[in-house]
Amino acid sequence: MLNYIIKRLAIAVPTLLVLIIISFLLMHAAPGGPFTSERAVPPEVLANLEAKYGLNEPLYKQIATYVYNVVFHFDFGPSFVYKDRTVNEIIAQGFPITLKYGAIAFVLAVLIGVTLGVFAAIYHNSWLDYLAVGVSIGAQVLPNFVMAPILVLIFTLWLGWLPGGGWQGGQWQFLVMPVIALATSYMASIARITRSSMLEVLNSNHIRTATAKGLPTHTVILRHALKPAMLPVISYLGPTFVSMITGSVVIDMYFSTGGIGLWFVNSALNRDYSVMMGITILIGVLTISFNLLVDLLYAWIDPRIRY
Amino acid sequence: MRIEHEKLDGLADRMVEAEVKGRSPWADARKRFAHNKAAMAGLIVLILVGCFAAFGNLIAQYPNDFTDFTIMGRAAELGQPSFANGHYFGTDDSGRDLFARVVQGTQISLMVGVVGAAIAVIVGTLYGATAGYVGGRVDNIMMRIVDILMAIPYMFVLILLLVIFGRSIGMLFVGIGLLSWLDMSRIVRGQTLSLKNKEFIEAAQATGVSSFRIILRHIVPNLLGVVAVYATLLVPLMILTESFISFLGLGVQNPNTSWGKLIAEGASTMQYGTLWQLAFPLFFFVITLFAFFFVGDGLRDALDPKDR
Amino acid sequence: MALLDVQGLSVSFRTNDGIVNAVNDVSLSVEAGHTLAIVGESGSGKSQMAFAMLGLLARNGYATGSVRFDGAEILNAPPKVMNTIRAAQIAMVFQDPMTSLNPYMRVSDQMAEVLVHHKGLSHADAVQEAVRMLDAVKIPEAKARIRYHPHEFSGGMRQRVMIAMSLLCKPKLLIADEPTTALDVTVQAQIMSLFGDLQKEFGMAVILITHDLGVVAGFCEEVLVLYGGQVMEQGPTDPIFYDPSHPYTRGLLKAIPRVDQGDLELKTIPGSPPNMMMAPKGCPFEPRCDFSGEDCTQALSPLTEFAPGRLRACNRMVEELA
Repeated sequence: MLNYIIKRLAIAVPTLLVLIIISFLLMHAAPGGPFTSERAVPPEVLANLEAKYGLNEPLYKQIATYVYNVVFHFDFGPSFVYKDRTVNEIIAQGFPITLKYGAIAFVLAVLIGVTLGVFAAIYHNSWLDYLAVGVSIGAQVLPNFVMAPILVLIFTLWLGWLPGGGWQGGQWQFLVMPVIALATSYMASIARITRSSMLEVLNSNHIRTATAKGLPTHTVILRHALKPAMLPVISYLGPTFVSMITGSVVIDMYFSTGGIGLWFVNSALNRDYSVMMGITILIGVLTISFNLLVDLLYAWIDPRIRY
Repeated sequence: MRIEHEKLDGLADRMVEAEVKGRSPWADARKRFAHNKAAMAGLIVLILVGCFAAFGNLIAQYPNDFTDFTIMGRAAELGQPSFANGHYFGTDDSGRDLFARVVQGTQISLMVGVVGAAIAVIVGTLYGATAGYVGGRVDNIMMRIVDILMAIPYMFVLILLLVIFGRSIGMLFVGIGLLSWLDMSRIVRGQTLSLKNKEFIEAAQATGVSSFRIILRHIVPNLLGVVAVYATLLVPLMILTESFISFLGLGVQNPNTSWGKLIAEGASTMQYGTLWQLAFPLFFFVITLFAFFFVGDGLRDALDPKDR
Repeated sequence: MALLDVQGLSVSFRTNDGIVNAVNDVSLSVEAGHTLAIVGESGSGKSQMAFAMLGLLARNGYATGSVRFDGAEILNAPPKVMNTIRAAQIAMVFQDPMTSLNPYMRVSDQMAEVLVHHKGLSHADAVQEAVRMLDAVKIPEAKARIRYHPHEFSGGMRQRVMIAMSLLCKPKLLIADEPTTALDVTVQAQIMSLFGDLQKEFGMAVILITHDLGVVAGFCEEVLVLYGGQVMEQGPTDPIFYDPSHPYTRGLLKAIPRVDQGDLELKTIPGSPPNMMMAPKGCPFEPRCDFSGEDCTQALSPLTEFAPGRLRACNRMVEELA
């Protein structure tokens, strides 16, 4: 198991470095950016940058400095647009918001999706199965940016039950629609994956053995079928995590929740490269760590791949 | 939303087997596909949407950039869908004919979808087939690179690219395509590995055909089934990506438009009672995605009937 | 009264292309402590027959007829009733030990749960008992190895684990479905002799399902030959071996290589078993039979007793099969 962890880490670290270097080079190459000769940035910002990166140093030194700051101090440097704010401050303001509704949406999507999928498989070809299949097919054409306006239309404009946006410290009224909009399509995908893998497992030989042991159906399902049926779901968790973070951009924009997504789009529109890079790298780090976690979970369930 | 890889595993293998047994997998598939009601319905919808994109401008009563100043700002009262004034789908808030706008949006969204998927499929197939066929250390390094690129949050990088290199449609094509070939290359590599050991490849090697020609002449044609299925399922994902970016206002720019941009515009004005501005683009978006998924699934089932 | 009494058992499957009959009207009985072999090529329906008896058919399968165990009807009995019989009274050993054991669970847990469920033992006691059973099937260092996962065993060892697991509750009847097919030839012999020893030790009845007539001799008292879901020949082992009454049985016997007679040519029955999707109207063996005539494509004469205890289904008389 330890070997396996080391092997995974050996991939994770260079990935991160590649991500940091690519983003830095992109930023460097950006026309109209602070690193080009035009330097159309306020003098105060330029002074900050000068102090941070040494703009007149050779490129490799600048990269080294940036990587050093990111890796050892988790410091993404100053904003290119706001004179008195650093990227870290901006992330510290937006990230907890994204984390809150994102985590709720993630957990709900997994719990509901798995439950729906398992029951659909157990009651194969029943109305519950057809409902689950119908919902999951329907939901794959309802991505977050379609769900968001539809929810607002129903719950804010027609029913008047929920506020159409805002955050207010994350009270529940402000959480409901962002969570539903973000979770729906992933919940549907997870239900679909769970259902088909559960059906496959239920038809497998070792489940027949378990049944032949005289175990009651619920024991067969919980003890013997659930774990292997979860393997495809677990490998889907990594991509889900990334897509949900990506989706948070839409949520932050549409519901004005104020998470990092909003900052990302605003800095994209303002050409605030250092904020964009900081957020991209942060998300890269999260993604890589999460994938590592998923791999370990997978290895814990399936003893055959630990070596 | 995702493409289920497991269902594509071994597809090329089984198609070659069928061919060896003297059956034509494509002819069989055509028959099975024609019997699949959902897939046929999807195909018909796609043809209709395609016709709409191609010939819609002939029906539209207004050019897509024509602004009706009498309606501008009063779309809720004056801009409703109507056959009398020729605005079949109504107008948008600036008084532009929504029918003509939706036609234009459909053209651009479909084009981004198809071109993006084509770039992804071509790059992914060649990369994956090369890695799988050459094997050994080259394969190892090539796939490690894919592993590393896979872990990069690509929507963020795509937006970064769009911001840095300008928000042109061309950049959007290239960006979406170049960031989506990774999955394709993995699938193709896997199938190439199993094709590699088939007799007909060994025969080609024995007669001294060059590696490049073997890949192009013997491996790639046998991957067509996988590629066709994957491409069909990739187009809607590309459309989704483009719509996502355009919804954020970072994609297609005025005077061009796309489904995502139209949905964003419709969503931003729906509280003023102009719901049709959201409904029409959303309708086209949803039915087209559905149609692509059904056709893709149907294609896979038709080519690989054992796997259901 | 026989331990197991099967009357008119048929098994069918609903498929997209209509109903497929896998087993047609099979009757058999097994006395306590006796051994019956069910012989047939793959696809002859022999495994499905066993699954039907224990209620293990796939979702789209269903069985009709009667299966009485210890006098009680168990065919299509509710799961609650079946679960008191499975493993406790009738245990089963499956064909492929690699996939039939749960790859995600330690062997100790897989074995212990049987005893915990049926005998109400504590987990620790159940593991103790399971180790003793692994010793009985001659797995070395059973105490340590029981902590392994199935993939850490070799194929033969895995099948021993499977056998040990099936014997945990000392069942009255053991159904072994091709227990040696997935194994090397030398391991096959070991497993078969293990079966013989265990049967004597535990005094249980055995139904051995196999495609290999060579395994049957010396191990089983009765044989039932199945082809295309139909019983071809049924009766005591020795007469069937020395005086087969059915063209198919003869073909099977010829296909066993007999080195002792200096006959090194491998004989096979030409052709392949019928596709059950398009089951023939007459005798399923007709296309491959040397003795078939026009009448065989139309109908197959019912299974009839032609000598004491011996049954056959063939349109030709025994004397005609020269």
